[in-house]
Amino acid sequence: MVTITNGKPPVLVIVQLTGGNDFMNTIIPYTSGLYHDVRPVVGVSEDRVLPINDELAFHPCAAPLKEMFDAGDVAIIQGIGYEKSNRSHFRAMDIMHTAEPNSIATEGWLAQALREIDPDTKNVLTGISFGRGLPRAMAAPGVSVTSVGDLDSYGLLTGVEIEEHRARELDIFKRMYTPAIGSGPVMSYLHQTGGDVMTGADLLKKVPANYRSTVEYADNPIAKSLRDVARVHTSGLGTRIFYTQHAGYDHHAIEVPNHERLLTELSGALKDFMADLREHDAAEEVMIYVFTEFGRRIADNGSGTDHGSGGGAFIIGERVVGGLYSEYPSLDPADWANGEDLAHTIDFRSIYATLLEQWMSIDSTEIVRGKYEQINPFAA
Amino acid sequence: MTTVAHPTETDIDLLGHLYRRAGFGATREQLESYTERSYEDTVEALLNPDPNRDIRDDVLERYIHGEGPPIFIAGWLYRMINSEAQLQEKMTLFWHHVFATGLVKNEHVLSAKNQIRMFRRNGMGDMTTILNDLSRDPAMLFWLDNNENRNGEPNENYGRELLELFSLGVGNYSEQDIKDASRAFTGWTFEQPPPLYPHGFYPAKFVFREDDHDDGEKTFLGVTGNLNGGDIIDIIVKSPASARFICRHLYNFFVADEPQVPSWNDVPPLDPEGIAMMEAKFIETGGDIRSVLRVMFNSDFFKAARYKKVKSPTEFIVGVLKMVGSQTEMAPGMTKYAGAIDVMGQKLLDPPTVEGWHTGGEWIDGGNLTERVNFAVDEIGEGLAPGIQSLIQRMKDSEALGSAESLVNAVLAESGSGEVSDQTREALIDFANDAEGEDEATRVIRLLRLAVATPEYQFA
Repeated sequence: MVTITNGKPPVLVIVQLTGGNDFMNTIIPYTSGLYHDVRPVVGVSEDRVLPINDELAFHPCAAPLKEMFDAGDVAIIQGIGYEKSNRSHFRAMDIMHTAEPNSIATEGWLAQALREIDPDTKNVLTGISFGRGLPRAMAAPGVSVTSVGDLDSYGLLTGVEIEEHRARELDIFKRMYTPAIGSGPVMSYLHQTGGDVMTGADLLKKVPANYRSTVEYADNPIAKSLRDVARVHTSGLGTRIFYTQHAGYDHHAIEVPNHERLLTELSGALKDFMADLREHDAAEEVMIYVFTEFGRRIADNGSGTDHGSGGGAFIIGERVVGGLYSEYPSLDPADWANGEDLAHTIDFRSIYATLLEQWMSIDSTEIVRGKYEQINPFAA
Repeated sequence: MTTVAHPTETDIDLLGHLYRRAGFGATREQLESYTERSYEDTVEALLNPDPNRDIRDDVLERYIHGEGPPIFIAGWLYRMINSEAQLQEKMTLFWHHVFATGLVKNEHVLSAKNQIRMFRRNGMGDMTTILNDLSRDPAMLFWLDNNENRNGEPNENYGRELLELFSLGVGNYSEQDIKDASRAFTGWTFEQPPPLYPHGFYPAKFVFREDDHDDGEKTFLGVTGNLNGGDIIDIIVKSPASARFICRHLYNFFVADEPQVPSWNDVPPLDPEGIAMMEAKFIETGGDIRSVLRVMFNSDFFKAARYKKVKSPTEFIVGVLKMVGSQTEMAPGMTKYAGAIDVMGQKLLDPPTVEGWHTGGEWIDGGNLTERVNFAVDEIGEGLAPGIQSLIQRMKDSEALGSAESLVNAVLAESGSGEVSDQTREALIDFANDAEGEDEATRVIRLLRLAVATPEYQFA
């Protein structure tokens, strides 16, 4: 367990890379002849990479992430995955969201964590998801998560111009959305959601006006989402888990320019976000977890890479002990999964257990359904 | 509002249900004018729209011109609001849900438009044609990389999703079936259109490249031979798994919310008998979608499923706009509704993944609910739009304004959510009572704004 010196409760910020990030082209085994042989099209040449050691290097477009790594703020989790990795995006993402590879589960791992943190939903902002649609990781019956599309215009019945009318209408709205017994699961969910929106909107209303920062984020979706996280976190509304998503990583074709753009957006946004938090003296209590649903095929297909396994993740924060964790998946063809994929070297539930137990101080046994060996990426 | 029951009159609330599902809703006034026709005849008319009365793309484009996605979506919404061929439009949206293709990758608007037009053209036809056309559709071929699916270098993306998400569902094929199906579709690609500048938009055209097709032996679902893509589709459509999968999709879209698609292999249908009826018709007709729809809409399980579905953002927005009556003329301003659907979680032409959108309760979260309520309230606004003006007039002409209770009932009927909880009804009646001092129009408008903010209004 980590003790945060400023006494603030720990906060977890999730960055989901949707589509299956090509880990092999993010942390690159640049001195491997095999890498260059099997990736004639998408492979990054040795003279362009940003070396970590004499085997591995960051993709050149991840330079800001490399800077953070050099400063000791980034733990690279190599070879994350699970047995019989699923190659379907949806199933694979579902598995990541529910921590259950063997059957269809409905409760998200973070939603279960939220239930532990705030069992009676005393604060509807304990969990916030930015972007459209609530990810399953944050969804579970009885767990309230605030989903914010646009932080700057969040609120109900904002179009009713006469303030006295609006107050009366909101009052009726509240009555209509009061939880009622026997109304069925979907209607109960709607009632709860309506009530929570009213509460959350009142709290979030003041955030945009209170935020000042010298950090200028780039104009892209992940930068916008992380800026929103910074704005809410620095307002001190008690949010413990933030969820953000960065889409577009499914590079079956034309991988090179598209992956370069995404890595540029992602690593720039992460760096700006950390700088912003530091400016507000609100960095120490924040831990970022960057993950994806699977890695990609070892060999390229002449344009991009197909779905594979053995991906990678990142844990980023001031309290991280930077470095490489677990092992890079073996490049020896004899070790490949299905004869064509990177074999995972650490189970993703080990990382969930690590984050839950060591960072959030939550017992992980039920959430990950068992005991998984943890890593030690945090400075005590 | 009370009307004298005619012996052969079709129940207006049942018609409302049919139009919310087989279409995008209808105003109370429209429904009243439909009651003389029998329910079955109404279904038949929806199944067989008159092509000569359909809205023409070239006419639409005269009013709203340009190539951007919001412009096309505006025209599409115009059809959903105003087309007589309501079911044809609903089926177009249905196939867009199932065969989810994303502009985020394709970035070729004309191909995306042509795919939607294809769904409109043959969406109620037979499954073999639908899958063959889909497998020749340039937007789909590019979206799932079949243009990169080469002899000796197979790209499995299309082969996998064709089986997993478009026809059979997980658990009904093996990894080897995916590999061989993918090989069967090698060489199915398209000719690149000429560059946009300075040529403008040209469609991409399907082409079969025999020299890039794998002619080797393949085995798919137990059938071995030199299979081509068309053979794979024939085997798929004959498989009972495709009957089940497509019927579950239709049920989930038209009848009642099912769990999400990836769980269908593990979770049985909500109504196994209903699905069995549809499946039997699918198998009997060799996959004729119109026949399956006929069985479904005329069934008791469909008629009993009122308000058992959460409206999709598209259904929600189109339903509101139909009631408000502000969009009966094609105009450039309609492009703003493309953005409104987007922020509610359904970016048309750009589904989140190839799995399409998650439906049912998953449409709703705090953010989306806020967007929905605010949208409906804003569109009603001060009640100046023709649909609201006419609605107010109808209230004045009837006895609806006589009591708070009759006013609430009439407003709920007009908004299409007649069945509400006691909690909702009581809150609205209290409101109507309190607002008694207001002039009649203001009272109706304020109540209508609340009617579209009820939890019940989220259901179709």
